[in-house]
Amino acid sequence: MLRLLPKEVESLWTLFTAPVVWAGHFLLCYVVAAIFCEKPDFLGFDFANLRVAIGILTLLSLSVIVVSALLAWRQWGFGAGDPPHDDPTRRDRLHFQGYATLLLSGLSFIAVIFTALPALFIDGCLR
Amino acid sequence: MSDTPDRDGAKAAEEAQLRAVWANPTGWRYWTSVNNYQIGLWYGATAFAFMLFAGLLGLLVRAQLAVPQNDLISPELYNQAFTLHGTVMMFLFAVPIFEAVAIFLLPPMLGARELPFPRLGAFGFWSFLIGGVFVCGSIFFGAAPNSGWFMYPPLATSEQAGIGADIWLLGLSFIEVASLAAAVELIVGIMKCRAPGMRVNLMPLFAWYLLIVAGMILFAFPPLIAGDLLFEMQRMFDWPFFDPARGGDPLLWQHLFWIFGHPEVYIIFLPAIALLAMIIPTFAGRPIVGYSWIVLAAVGTGFLSFGLWVHHMFATGLPQISLAFFSAASTAVAIPTGVQIFVFIATMLAGRVIFSTPMLFAMGGIAIFVMGGLTGVMVALVPFDWQAHDTYFIVAHLHYVLIGGMLFPVFAGLYYYYPLIDGKHMSDRVGRLAFWLMFTGFNITFFPMHLAGLRGMPRRVHTYPADIGWDWLNLISTMGAIVLGIGMFAVVVDVTLHRRRQPKGETNPWKAGTLEWISEPEENWGVRSIPRIESRYPLWDQPNLAREVRAGQWYLADAGEGRRETLVTSVLDAEPEHVLRVGGTSTVTVVSAATLGTVFVALTFKLWLVSLVAGVAFITAVIWWLWTGTGEIPEKPEKDIGRGVSLPIYASGVKSTGWWAMFITMTGDGTAFASLVFGYFFFWTIHDDFTGGLAGPGILWPMTALALFAAAWAATLGAREANRRGNVASARLLLIAAALLSAAACAAALAGPWTAGMDPTSHVYPAIVWILVIWAAVHGGVGVLMQLYCLARSLAGRLTPTHDMELHNVALYWHFMAVTALVTFGVVGLFPEAL
Repeated sequence: MLRLLPKEVESLWTLFTAPVVWAGHFLLCYVVAAIFCEKPDFLGFDFANLRVAIGILTLLSLSVIVVSALLAWRQWGFGAGDPPHDDPTRRDRLHFQGYATLLLSGLSFIAVIFTALPALFIDGCLR
Repeated sequence: MSDTPDRDGAKAAEEAQLRAVWANPTGWRYWTSVNNYQIGLWYGATAFAFMLFAGLLGLLVRAQLAVPQNDLISPELYNQAFTLHGTVMMFLFAVPIFEAVAIFLLPPMLGARELPFPRLGAFGFWSFLIGGVFVCGSIFFGAAPNSGWFMYPPLATSEQAGIGADIWLLGLSFIEVASLAAAVELIVGIMKCRAPGMRVNLMPLFAWYLLIVAGMILFAFPPLIAGDLLFEMQRMFDWPFFDPARGGDPLLWQHLFWIFGHPEVYIIFLPAIALLAMIIPTFAGRPIVGYSWIVLAAVGTGFLSFGLWVHHMFATGLPQISLAFFSAASTAVAIPTGVQIFVFIATMLAGRVIFSTPMLFAMGGIAIFVMGGLTGVMVALVPFDWQAHDTYFIVAHLHYVLIGGMLFPVFAGLYYYYPLIDGKHMSDRVGRLAFWLMFTGFNITFFPMHLAGLRGMPRRVHTYPADIGWDWLNLISTMGAIVLGIGMFAVVVDVTLHRRRQPKGETNPWKAGTLEWISEPEENWGVRSIPRIESRYPLWDQPNLAREVRAGQWYLADAGEGRRETLVTSVLDAEPEHVLRVGGTSTVTVVSAATLGTVFVALTFKLWLVSLVAGVAFITAVIWWLWTGTGEIPEKPEKDIGRGVSLPIYASGVKSTGWWAMFITMTGDGTAFASLVFGYFFFWTIHDDFTGGLAGPGILWPMTALALFAAAWAATLGAREANRRGNVASARLLLIAAALLSAAACAAALAGPWTAGMDPTSHVYPAIVWILVIWAAVHGGVGVLMQLYCLARSLAGRLTPTHDMELHNVALYWHFMAVTALVTFGVVGLFPEAL
């Protein structure tokens, strides 16, 4: 399985992968629902489809976050060392990045589920 | 280390020269200083003064509400007082104070001589001062804004709002410019100016927080600037963005304001928590527990805080599913926020806590904040919010959050970091007294407001009838406010009077482990020499470090060329990359801020000619600033920084700090643009036919403009490449072509709505099209100035094939310009046709 993972990228930006996925998921849910409720005919489907669409989007986002978590886990050396990762070495810097990214993936995973929950319980454009 | 008199003499001479290079001018020229130490101090003192002023306004509000049917002040003055209280606290204290602390602390904390753009920092300070005095001063002329700190239309667009609304919009837009300047300074400083070896896993947590906060500013402030632009166009020229009679919608303002306003709460809160993350380990006598968890919390909060804005709009009639998304995010943000609190508690449990005055303020702040956080979760739930909306419950909640999450930590920081200002200490006795007065005063003031709110008392009422159960709650609140005020007064006395009698004390009285305590208050150079860092708490773990640094035994100990210099290092591992020559003392910062300030003030009073003249003066000043202060070709390619390391003095492209600054500025600029595009589509969603049956700009002119902008972009890139290959003549010709193409593109852009006869006052559709097109054209105009600037630099021999920093930065600008053009003309030209 590990061969399936892409090559390791050394950048500060990888830290933000999972939260960016959360942001994209959140924005899409909000925008699609807002357009649906303001212009019901524009998208050409009903509310049940909207809920399904949000569900699919949520599963997609969660999978991307899981992949980002796997990459982070690898960067963390598969948990080889324990925190605090405060040695002045490239190895500890990588482990710190991996660990922090893994934590953020966890938070983003939960936050995406939070965002999707309304679609589970609300079945119309009530105001 | 050395025992020969010669070497000692050389070190002394080196030190004297370094001191001279970093010295401040004397007399009135002292105020032209750009050194981070002075700017940070002035910034902080000014923000503090504004806070006291706003505090007095708060007391005035409380005095009016002390008893029912009170007529102490008029309703109009009351409206101005509470509006200005909120506005000043948020815009002139809470955000600027963190910029001040960061500018003051970051260089020594990161082991840098200076932040990368000291003149930009100074410009930001002077903009802030001018804008702040303008906004605050208005109340003495009865002209202060009076529609609440979030300025909702239609109230704030009406005649009733008077000139106060313009003062708010223009004065604060000016200050937002200062905040964006600070964001650029902080991001580049933290990413690129850390001491060698200070890898991202060793960075002080304060720097981590500030990096996130500065990034948040880039995405939070521009929507407000875009909103201000639309708002002011409506007030000045009657463009109906928020007028439903002509297709506008007041809700657009609420969206844009709160896309800014909610992240702003965290922009305020995170730096304050960052102070606690520095203070708590010191007094627990151990490293922080869960460093990575704090990074998780900072980044997580930074992101989630952008999914919260609609929770200020729960009562506006949006579909419930929309409300629920925001309710979900609002509860989710409690997770990272809670993580920070638990990290602090764990650190305290794992160490042996010394309950010093800073610690008292820190823990008092946390206690208050937790209470505000809990009511925050309550109002994050839509049904409860519908009950509590616009009542004193919200007033109580927001003061618990902001005073606990920001004011108390700032006071903790004041007591903690005061020795770094001039080596003196604040009084422990007064500090403890002040803390208990403030803590009890605060709770007596704001706790009863929860109850008043639940009993139905709305916000912003000038007075209230007796016998409906609000009397004694309000009286208690007012008495508490007086106690809180006395507590604050004690701190003011301590700062201004008491410290004068204090002898100088130790420079690191708390035995802290982080690098900022290496700073020498009497020196201006940040650090005597730049060390290699091997620990998160270098003063604890590298015992000889302070002595070696002060003895000038580390990098860049000299200023042999008579220039102010600092080190630029790589983002992840902080390996030295080049020596950066930073700007020194100059009047150009003051002149730039004063001329730009004049533009905004003159616009407020509709003095068109004055603002035009000031605008030209501002552009001239900025060009002068750039021409004389940036992109200088050094007299030698490399400099020996000691310990056998030699680094280049000039950097271009992605390696240069200027390129990063351009990238960051344009990211913010792009966010403002995206907000305007959001406005366009917002109007599309709320109307069946958002064009109102009016003619659009057509396809021809927008597509012509797009093609010309694309050609100008290509020519600019071509000029950069030609110059790089040594083909200077072609590069110059391409720059001329690019400037002509850009000018033609701007004309074609405006020709679309112009030839279609679109009247922006008739309906919101022509208005939003005009705004987008003008935005693109103005950016095209700035692009022309940049191209001509590069041409002039090339002709003057200041831009060569090997020294081409300006061309790289301008090409970067044009990448953003190309995207702006693509989106603008795609949207205004093609979107209406596609429907």
